[in-house]
Amino acid sequence: MNLFDVVGPIMVGPSSSHTAGAVKIGNVCAKLMSEKIVKADIFLHGSFLATGKGHGTDKALVAGLLGMKVDDPDIPNSFKIARERGLDFSFSPIDLGDSHPNSAKLLLIGESGKTLDVVGASVGGGQINICEIDGLDANFSGDYPTLIVHNLDQPGHVAEVTSMLQHKYVNIATMQLYRSGRGGNAVMVIETDQEIPSEAIGWLKHLEGIIKVTYYSPGEAENYV
Amino acid sequence: MYSSLFDICGICEREGISFWEAIQKEDASEQNIECDKHFKIMTDFYLAMKKSDENYDENLKSHSGLVGGEAKRISDRRKENKLLCGDFCGSVMEKALRVSESNACMKRIVASPTAGSCGVVPAALVSYQERYGLSDDKMVEALYVSGGIGEVIAKRATLSGAEGGCQAEIGSASAMAAGALCFLMGGDAEQICNAAAMALKGLLGLACDPVAGLVEVPCVKRNVIGAINAVTSADMAMAGIKSKIPADEVIDAMKSIGRGMSPDIRETGNGGLAATPTGKELVK
Repeated sequence: MNLFDVVGPIMVGPSSSHTAGAVKIGNVCAKLMSEKIVKADIFLHGSFLATGKGHGTDKALVAGLLGMKVDDPDIPNSFKIARERGLDFSFSPIDLGDSHPNSAKLLLIGESGKTLDVVGASVGGGQINICEIDGLDANFSGDYPTLIVHNLDQPGHVAEVTSMLQHKYVNIATMQLYRSGRGGNAVMVIETDQEIPSEAIGWLKHLEGIIKVTYYSPGEAENYV
Repeated sequence: MYSSLFDICGICEREGISFWEAIQKEDASEQNIECDKHFKIMTDFYLAMKKSDENYDENLKSHSGLVGGEAKRISDRRKENKLLCGDFCGSVMEKALRVSESNACMKRIVASPTAGSCGVVPAALVSYQERYGLSDDKMVEALYVSGGIGEVIAKRATLSGAEGGCQAEIGSASAMAAGALCFLMGGDAEQICNAAAMALKGLLGLACDPVAGLVEVPCVKRNVIGAINAVTSADMAMAGIKSKIPADEVIDAMKSIGRGMSPDIRETGNGGLAATPTGKELVK
């Protein structure tokens, strides 16, 4: 947290967690899709479900998918704008178990037929956490360029990824490792201070034992799913 | 990020700089932003606060219909010169309502420090600027002072109603505004800390008990008490009244009170006003 997080942010009300955080979840999803979204089935969990309507959480999620920022005065009109732009959306309740009370699951379809399944949580003060992408653990904030690598749990993959980052002069801000079990599927979630060049992402994708590479950039919309 | 107001006072004294400069210097260095650019970003925040007041629409109602048009009523009474609390406090009250009603009605505000408490700091600062005709630059310096106080509260305790109850939101906003007003009146670092301490002390223990879990009832009107409390705290500090408990210890007390609060009165909408028969009725 810095001084600007305390004094701000500038945002459309009424709630940093239920409104601004919801816009940010939509923004990250839109960037991960990196193409026009034509259908969004949105499932609300916990407090998002209980008080979401009164807080405009539904409008905020759709606004985020349309690429609006947290201070866009058009957030309250997002449903109308979505219809005009050909984004078909729906809302349903869901029970995501132990997930954070302010969570939503979004099933998205892009104009090329591409699909994306994201679970995101608004964890307070407008901060978010992207918990899952396409059913796999993710766990990142969306504040930094983020590299998510799903790989087989074998020796050397962490070294391959971190050497590539060193080679490209990219500094690691945070790094998390998980695995389903010894020798099973593993996940690396790496937040970085600099953007990672696209050719480096492409190179990673072709390595033996790497199952999937997802890159999220908080700046320009780009991804390599 | 400073971890105590005591440290900020120490830096001011050692380096011979103003309270706001100590805060700017530290954050600009932490974020690796030049001071000029840092000041410009803070200016954007202040201008957005003024806009959040200007853009008030008396005809809007919140989604639930519980909030809307309150500031207009105060404005009318103020124009008729009928307010018991006088014109300056009248302006503070009106602006606190204008900005926090706007928040409830999905308009653009500055979450300073949170969306629910967004009316307090602009109500105090913009009213002061209108009354004394100060430049925006001077007001931005005051906003630094408020931010530094908020930062220490965030570091030592919390700014979140879900963690610390309403004292962490309206109480913190009130402490931030009190320090900023004190600075504008020419208060030194010690007086600024006393103003912040007295403002927060007055609101310790305040529950976060929103009806239907929405940032409407009682949040909008609590912005008024936070803003007015900032004015009286700043006046007390300028008169030489000191907080017997130092500001940093008041903040620690806020944290420990928040920890002891039942989750029912920490933004869940299950206790306090939300659990009253009328509160429950309003949910329907």
